[in-house]
Amino acid sequence: MAEKVLMKGNEAIAEAAIKAGCRHYFGYPITPQTEIAAYMAKRMPKIGGTFLQAESEVAAINMVYGVAGAGFRVMTSSSSPGVSLKQEGISYIAGADLPALIVNVQRGGPGLGGIQPSQSDYFQATKGGGHGDYHLIVLAPASVQEMADLTGKAFDLADKYRVPAMLLADGTLGQMMEPVEIPEPEVQAVEKPWAVNGTKGKRAHNIVNSLYLKPEILEKTNFERFEKYKQIEENEVMYESFMMEDAEYCVVAFGIAARISKNAVIAARKRGIKVGLIRPITLWPFPTEVIAKAAEQVKGFISVELSMGQMIEDVRLASGCKKPVLLCNRAGGMIMSPEEVLAKIDELAAL
Amino acid sequence: MNNTKRISIFCGHYGSGKTNIAVNYALSLKEQGIPVRIADLDIVNPYFRTKDSAEELEAAGIPLISPVFANTNVDLPALPQELYALVQQTHTHAVMDVGGDDRGAYALGRYAPYIREEDNFDMFCVVNFFRPLTTTPEEAAEVMAEIEAAAHLPFTAIINNSNLGEATTLEDVLATREKCEALSRMTGLPIAATCLRSDLIPVGREAEFMPLTLQKKYF
Repeated sequence: MAEKVLMKGNEAIAEAAIKAGCRHYFGYPITPQTEIAAYMAKRMPKIGGTFLQAESEVAAINMVYGVAGAGFRVMTSSSSPGVSLKQEGISYIAGADLPALIVNVQRGGPGLGGIQPSQSDYFQATKGGGHGDYHLIVLAPASVQEMADLTGKAFDLADKYRVPAMLLADGTLGQMMEPVEIPEPEVQAVEKPWAVNGTKGKRAHNIVNSLYLKPEILEKTNFERFEKYKQIEENEVMYESFMMEDAEYCVVAFGIAARISKNAVIAARKRGIKVGLIRPITLWPFPTEVIAKAAEQVKGFISVELSMGQMIEDVRLASGCKKPVLLCNRAGGMIMSPEEVLAKIDELAAL
Repeated sequence: MNNTKRISIFCGHYGSGKTNIAVNYALSLKEQGIPVRIADLDIVNPYFRTKDSAEELEAAGIPLISPVFANTNVDLPALPQELYALVQQTHTHAVMDVGGDDRGAYALGRYAPYIREEDNFDMFCVVNFFRPLTTTPEEAAEVMAEIEAAAHLPFTAIINNSNLGEATTLEDVLATREKCEALSRMTGLPIAATCLRSDLIPVGREAEFMPLTLQKKYF
């Protein structure tokens, strides 16, 4: 077992990426994720890797595009405004069917917003963000340990499906320190016969590209890509279910909001209210079936989010609008207390 | 921790616990009746600052000098002019909480000539052997050399602040003693204190540890 260290969430992401075989990092500093870049700047030169502070987020994501095309594990990280800048490149990477990891340690928005934590990039992460028909695999950690574990998982999923993955964290998880064991994963040597890494005179040229001027062919690539997305939706949904066995009410929350909600659920149970928590770990693919099943069981849902209410739309869709879905939210960098979630549980129970 | 030097500077690796120790140290000086001021020199991290303890420090009558923009959304690494008073007015003690790593220690460089001239200072290296990049004495010594080069000041002692956050046990801290002693031998510097959260200190062993009360947590 690996030794425990006391790490910030941001540092845990960086070290876990290195352990997962990532040797190429391109980024541009922005609070609250700069520790990822700082850590990479220290570590990469010592292990023969590449750390490069690009001239902008746009440059960084295009460097990721290039290295991903050459078949290497590669990542970038930023926070909300910086991730907006990267959207064009992310769309290109998705359109070229390349695996890569993009980390978003969210802060309050819109615009330049603030430097306090937020979850208001849910739509951007799960509904596209950039232009065109595409998805990212979106993983939402809720502890420093998960910041590490899901980083490795994101690289594996990205390679398996040739789909870019996003780790959607927030400023709290990035900055908080917890004891963590960095996993020593068996780095899966995924064959990448499509990589642009030299023909050595033995095969035809590989082409990495997202430009298709013939609409028939572009349509075909879109349909093929969505077949792949269907497989991901069938096979890769991850969630945590907490006290749901006999639940009459269901709280749905991810990331830091789920930690707060868990405390509220425990407090409500002490008062005799039968409430449980479903925590989506994959935000795309969303645990639609799990919510649909819960809708048969519970009297109502609460979506707890650090946004004006974004995931709540997926909860409503998944539950078929069969049961009321309340929103418990804070925005702009503010965080709700367990008591605020508890008050909302009381409100739902009184309906 | 017994120290009679007028200026106490706390430096160290990023996230090693400098601010908590600096605040606790200033409060303990004040309790002993020693007039003291505390300064926040952190130009690296906009979170977890001395200013988080502003109410507590004010209640104890300890003036806090911190950047105007600390704890706001403005991420501006500017230091206030009042900091010069800290090094130039020698009638009160001064506690300086410096930002992490060499990057944070650069802020100290501009005050270094005054501090060296007065020559009445301690510069403590705060070490947490459970933090990444300082898990061995060798790594810690490397960071110390980088900080000294940036600060233009030499360390005078080491403070062992090894901890695993809320999960820390007495045994965890004791297990790092050998590493800290090795660091002490490598650098030729004494170990000024071993820190432990006050509720973890066993009865009868108070003399072995510098008791820490942690800063208020927001989340």
